[in-house]
Amino acid sequence: MTTPKLHVPAVPARPGEAPDFSYLRLAAAGELARPEPTVAVNETAQLAESLIRVLDDDGVARGPWDPKLDVATLKQGLRYMLLTRIYDERMQRTQRQGRITFYVRSYGEEAVSVAAAMALSSNDMLFPSYRNQGLFLAREVSLKDLMCQLLSNTRDMCLGRQLPVMYHSTERRLFTISGNLATQFPQAVGWAMAAAIKGESDIAAAWIGEGSTAAADFHHALLFAKVYRAPVILNVVNNQWAISTFQGYAGGEQRSFAARGPGVGVAGLRVDGNDFLAVYAATQWAASRARAGLGATLIETVTYRAGAHSTSDDPSRYRPREEFGSWPLGDPLERLKNHLIALGAWSDSEHTQLSEELERLVADAWKEAMTHGTLTEGEKLDPALMFSDVYREIPPHLQQQRAELALLLQTEDAR
Amino acid sequence: MTAMNMVQALNSAMDVMLERDRRVVVLGEDVGYFGGVFRVTDGLQKKYGAHRVLDTPIAEGGIVGAAIGMGVNGLRPVAEIQFADYIYPAYDQIVSELARLRYRSAAAFTAPLTIRTPCGGGIRGGQTHSQSPESVFAHVSGIKTVMPSNPYDAKGLLIAAIEDDDPVIFFEPKRLYNGPFDGDPDKPAESWAGHPLGEVPEGYYSVPIGKAAIAREGSALSIVTYGTMVHVCLAAAAAEGVDAEIIDVRSMMPLDIDTLAASVEKTGRCLIAHEATRFAGFGAELSASLQERCFWSLEAPIMRVAGWDTPYPHAFEWQYFPGKKRVQQAIRQLLNIEA
Repeated sequence: MTTPKLHVPAVPARPGEAPDFSYLRLAAAGELARPEPTVAVNETAQLAESLIRVLDDDGVARGPWDPKLDVATLKQGLRYMLLTRIYDERMQRTQRQGRITFYVRSYGEEAVSVAAAMALSSNDMLFPSYRNQGLFLAREVSLKDLMCQLLSNTRDMCLGRQLPVMYHSTERRLFTISGNLATQFPQAVGWAMAAAIKGESDIAAAWIGEGSTAAADFHHALLFAKVYRAPVILNVVNNQWAISTFQGYAGGEQRSFAARGPGVGVAGLRVDGNDFLAVYAATQWAASRARAGLGATLIETVTYRAGAHSTSDDPSRYRPREEFGSWPLGDPLERLKNHLIALGAWSDSEHTQLSEELERLVADAWKEAMTHGTLTEGEKLDPALMFSDVYREIPPHLQQQRAELALLLQTEDAR
Repeated sequence: MTAMNMVQALNSAMDVMLERDRRVVVLGEDVGYFGGVFRVTDGLQKKYGAHRVLDTPIAEGGIVGAAIGMGVNGLRPVAEIQFADYIYPAYDQIVSELARLRYRSAAAFTAPLTIRTPCGGGIRGGQTHSQSPESVFAHVSGIKTVMPSNPYDAKGLLIAAIEDDDPVIFFEPKRLYNGPFDGDPDKPAESWAGHPLGEVPEGYYSVPIGKAAIAREGSALSIVTYGTMVHVCLAAAAAEGVDAEIIDVRSMMPLDIDTLAASVEKTGRCLIAHEATRFAGFGAELSASLQERCFWSLEAPIMRVAGWDTPYPHAFEWQYFPGKKRVQQAIRQLLNIEA
């Protein structure tokens, strides 16, 4: 007689072991057919299990998913991705210097945000996670504004109420980032439902990590999107790691995350997340499907979190240090750069030049942001601001508490 | 004026607001074609269409999550959670998101959402249809918490909630839907017909959120209460023949502490009564705030009558429910009357 054995998902490699990505199901660039965006949900089942890729190892765009972008658009994409990486590196350093309390890099995942933002229209509403700074940069929110948020200084868009990286922009239609995972997923669906109720053509798009698909909000979002055929794109950024938790613990073993789309009744696409062209094409496909009134698409972008989870994390404690070097889908920035070079539209020296230009841009913005103070130096936000925006109008009990604090601050430090 | 019970009054509030404001939508489990398990949304889908009165999947977290997104996109959703006992799957969306959107984004994003939910006991509903979770919402900064005790207030407060730019959790004491209830289950059920607060204007009006009402003026002691317990306390004071001042809190947040404190300063004695469990219940906040304000006017310690600190038991409902006898006993204790 046998008894059931508990299955504990295996992690392919731990520190000191050789990286092992044999679990990853791949496909060749250009291998998969591209059905019309109006296709029935069931017709996407294979696309949800396989991997949509456009750029091959030589930087050549292949197959029907090639969005056939002009060189100017490709260069723009490269610029936003490089800007994201440089911004991330610089802000990470400022955290190490003690200028900001916390930072989250998107190193290795830049294409996921930048390509999607560029494929959508500027009126579409985006619900980012905390590793989607590329959305803000591709929508050209000013660097200084983002940095002032990181510094919690007098120009902080959040008035000192949020951890660094929890940006927003009403003007650029970027929803306020929550530190709670997956909560924005059903909200994006509700936003899209409202657009449809009002008879507007704008769609919504949201991003969460593969780890967050474990949360009920993911399932609520998918279900509501299916039931009401909401014009929304639901993106799962599968970067393999949720802090130290491998994607197998979110249910990724032998099963794609995108497959949950057709499972529930929405289209699903599994996409090479380090392939700018593939992410662009998949987003474009999902957007036209949503605008045609055919509802949501669940897009899984397969990528790798090349950096730490955040500045409070040390990944060398739970995965091999050299893992990113063995990642089969490479570096998204290098791949787009090589594509442009293969097209004869770009060179290493132009790339170095662009890199220097963007370094200067970031450095100048930082200098400017610092003139408005930091958490520890210079001008400070008025602590009385903590009492406003709890409600539209400040109720009597908060007015009283604000006055109490003001009185205390007149005479001494509140601590 | 028309005679309405609380169900009809609430229905009328949503009818008025759906008619007046294109942005208002109603969503929840069974609220559409069927009109809600308590009939509160009866006829609204037929009148305003399935795009404005939406039946939803059975997922409270999804209902509130989606309603937040709708609110952000310019609608004024009225979400029904079928029983307050089922609201907890939505708690994260309410506490971490709805309550803080305005704050965390420095007012860049807001969701003017009303969440209606039937609460309270006295209907033989057991532990999954009888809870009074108002204190776990009143505790959260960024949302308003309201509970009416009669049809007139129910309609006026619900209209005020829908018009409010802040999110409102709107508790409906379900034992009062069809008539006032004084806590005696053996008496024939009363109806709202003939009750002065069962006379409700058919059109638009509102009752301001954040204002308590004096349900009965008096001078011997102040009874601070809300929801079904307003009627239990009225009956208890009458049975004792005591000139109690009975205050219907109506809104836990914002709390009209001035009206409450003025009464306690006048009478010098205060009893707080609610159905919810006592430990860390809303009565604890009332008691603390009132003694801070009124300590030197008090002739006796502030007392509380509340649900026992257990889950709501099915078979022992009438030993559990804080009925007339327990309120009378507390009144006698406060007034030093020999039993």
